[in-house]
Amino acid sequence: MNSSVRRVAILGGMRIPFARQDGPYAKASNQDMLTTTLDALVSRYGLEGEALGEVVGGAVLKHSRDFNLVRESVLGTKLSPATSAMDVQQACGTGLEAAIVVANKIALGQIDSGIACGVDTTSDAPIGVNEDLRALLLDANRAKTNQQRVALLTRLRPHMLLPEIPRNVEPRTGLSMGDHTAITAREWGITRQAQDELAVDSHHHLAAAYERGFQDDLVTPYLGLERDQNLRPDSSLEKLARLKPAFGGPEGTMTAGNSTPLSDGASAVLMASEEWAAAHGLEPLAFFVDAQTAAVDHVHAREGLLLAPAYAVPKLIDRHGLALGDFDQYEIHEAFAAQVLATLRAWEDPVFCKERLGRDAPLGAIERAKLNPNGGSLGAGHPFGATGGRLIGALAKSLHEKGAGTRGLISVCAAGGEGVTAILEGA
Amino acid sequence: MADRYTELINTPIGKTIAKQIGLPAPVVLERFDPNRPVIDGPVLFGGAPGATLGGPVAATLAHIGAETYTPLQEELRSAAAAAGLDAKIFNAETAGAEQTFKALVFDASGITDSTQLVELHRFFSPTIRRIRSCGRVIVLGLTPELVSHPRQRVAQRALEGFVRSVAKEVKKGASANLVYLTPGVDARLESTLRFLLSPRSAYVSGQVIRIGSSANAEEPDWSAPLAGKVALVTGAARGIGKAMAEVLARDGAHVVVLDVPQAAEALATVAADLGGSDLAVDITSEDAPKLIADHLLEHHGGVDVFVHNAGITRDKTLARMDEERWQLVLAINTSAIEAINAELVERQAFRANGRIVCVSSIAGIAGNFGQTNYGTSKAAVIGIVNAYAEEAAGLGITINAVAPGFIETQMTAAIPITIREAGRRMNSMSQGGLPVDVAETVAWLASPGSDGVNNNIVRVCGQSLLGA
Repeated sequence: MNSSVRRVAILGGMRIPFARQDGPYAKASNQDMLTTTLDALVSRYGLEGEALGEVVGGAVLKHSRDFNLVRESVLGTKLSPATSAMDVQQACGTGLEAAIVVANKIALGQIDSGIACGVDTTSDAPIGVNEDLRALLLDANRAKTNQQRVALLTRLRPHMLLPEIPRNVEPRTGLSMGDHTAITAREWGITRQAQDELAVDSHHHLAAAYERGFQDDLVTPYLGLERDQNLRPDSSLEKLARLKPAFGGPEGTMTAGNSTPLSDGASAVLMASEEWAAAHGLEPLAFFVDAQTAAVDHVHAREGLLLAPAYAVPKLIDRHGLALGDFDQYEIHEAFAAQVLATLRAWEDPVFCKERLGRDAPLGAIERAKLNPNGGSLGAGHPFGATGGRLIGALAKSLHEKGAGTRGLISVCAAGGEGVTAILEGA
Repeated sequence: MADRYTELINTPIGKTIAKQIGLPAPVVLERFDPNRPVIDGPVLFGGAPGATLGGPVAATLAHIGAETYTPLQEELRSAAAAAGLDAKIFNAETAGAEQTFKALVFDASGITDSTQLVELHRFFSPTIRRIRSCGRVIVLGLTPELVSHPRQRVAQRALEGFVRSVAKEVKKGASANLVYLTPGVDARLESTLRFLLSPRSAYVSGQVIRIGSSANAEEPDWSAPLAGKVALVTGAARGIGKAMAEVLARDGAHVVVLDVPQAAEALATVAADLGGSDLAVDITSEDAPKLIADHLLEHHGGVDVFVHNAGITRDKTLARMDEERWQLVLAINTSAIEAINAELVERQAFRANGRIVCVSSIAGIAGNFGQTNYGTSKAAVIGIVNAYAEEAAGLGITINAVAPGFIETQMTAAIPITIREAGRRMNSMSQGGLPVDVAETVAWLASPGSDGVNNNIVRVCGQSLLGA
């Protein structure tokens, strides 16, 4: 057994522009988008015919036929068919979790190279057969005689023709993610103004990143889209102020402008050992240092559904003797502006840090200029499985620009009260 | 036990009529219930920048398990964290209208000049309508006379006018009170905060309470703060005195009930009901002080709490009043207190952390037609408190007085209805108080945790318009 742990290099990221639900990618399947994205990464890093250690990825909204989505996508790329693949799934944490799996395998010497990827479509969504009809059809399948089959037919009712459409709802609370976050926003006193400011920053930062060519080798055009469809470079507080509340009732502070839209897209990240990178003439952009997950009890203890990263990050940085302020860049997934602001406020709050985290002092504030400086999910959109890859690719590149030894923190909240966080270090 | 009008006005039809024609609409005040928490609802705790009392306030709120909210202020959040108070956040800008509070507590100690008084407006203006029925407003400040900087003294003095005005605005049986603390002293706030937050202070509103330094650190068992204590109540055969004996006994004290020999039978019943003891003495008799001191020292090894409740009225306009009426009222209401106190102190009958609680009256503050004798005697009670407070502090005891306003008793029931109704309604609660309201206030002053409360006159009057 290998007892040594290797440094894990991030060599590059790739994604297609993110589209809004029922936009240009309305008829693209998860497999279409993922195959295109993987192939773009393969071309960019000259991996044609290469047998990588493993490709790990997933989608949140998945057809049952896509049980082997990543493997099937790999088979459609120019990678060697000898590249194994597997699907993982952890809601919005899927992309980052995929990277953790790849990183851990590389670190332990089980593989030398791999791709972490993720994809989601909210347009080409899986629609299920009505539960009652499904039960009836399965019974019919089990029936042995025609008489039994006819008898079953009499159980057929009109309502059974209504399909099961995937809903963005927490199974145990019946509340949507937006509803949950509206509660969190109120609990933490997050104002509409603060949320709109974060949203405007997200659009402006992303637009600037495109303008200065930062995205050139991170994004590959797809189906006529060259930039994220959701991006509004001219977004402004005045425009956002006109929007009506979308969650939290008529007095709510959350709008379509400061919440991420449902979107379609895919992303992928190439990771490898330093030896493999050197052997392939590829320069590491950053190293994948460590990761930490956490979960909250949003059901019984009524904790904020999307506040799990607030618990994960302190564990993660403590393990490395780091303070929250010790990072050069923070990539906090903007599921909702309120979620980001509540997380930041939680880290600054003496009561939260004492009562929930058991710390004598708050973690403190972060420098806002270091938060999502190249845009966030509010600007780019958020195809669930693809966000982790977008964050890793962009942060690795950014840290590389900042120089070796610079540190970056990734934080992603996920349905089910979960959170995934990671540390990258510039190479 | 609400009066008839209050009962009537709280029926559905009564409420409608009262609203239509603008009648006073008293609510049935919540009273102490041992099965309820200290405060039955969320508390919003705010403060002006630079507030210094966050620590003790947060500690009390944590001890009583109050569901607490604070605005997003670093000082308050830190104080809460240090006290182990799991305080939630309140932001008036984002909070829904359904977010209401049972109490608003505001630490104004950080206000150092009149321009900063706007902090009161900033905190209370968006929150005052969020106060629930029978809710509480408590403002904490620094005792102005003990503040050295003139502008700070002015600003702290101003709090009184604010609190008294708020007390008149809150309605729905809610109260507002001001607590002044000695600057730079680690005052013990818990006993007083518990009292003001809880239904025990139902009929106390528009009051200013001054808390000084604590002579000792006796931490009461809050469910029975007077456990192990001996309390004597004069005039305890009936009325308010009886209620005092009951509440003191409920709070754990062994109560010695005292009244005139003519009331010996009723007195014995009270004592038996409370598991206390009785002492039938005419307090105006020459040997009364000695008899009382003897009894306390022989049977109880001293006394912890002495409540000078016995009092009478002998009303006549001054021109028609004979000297006998004058003398009798003064003898019972004033001179007897002086004589008994002198004897108890002389004989060292007070045990450590002892309490003297006197009973003054609104009449002693505002004066009353036909009560020149009574008004004099009750103003004298205030004089007794003021005159002996320093000496008492030296002995490790406190001396304070309660000043009841219109309390529903047999005595007030005998007042002609028009005058009675006027007395009843001319206060912020639009109703008379109950004997238990006075008794609860006495029990708070008597608590071992109230050692910082000395030389206070606390009115139990629902913020009566008289003498305000």
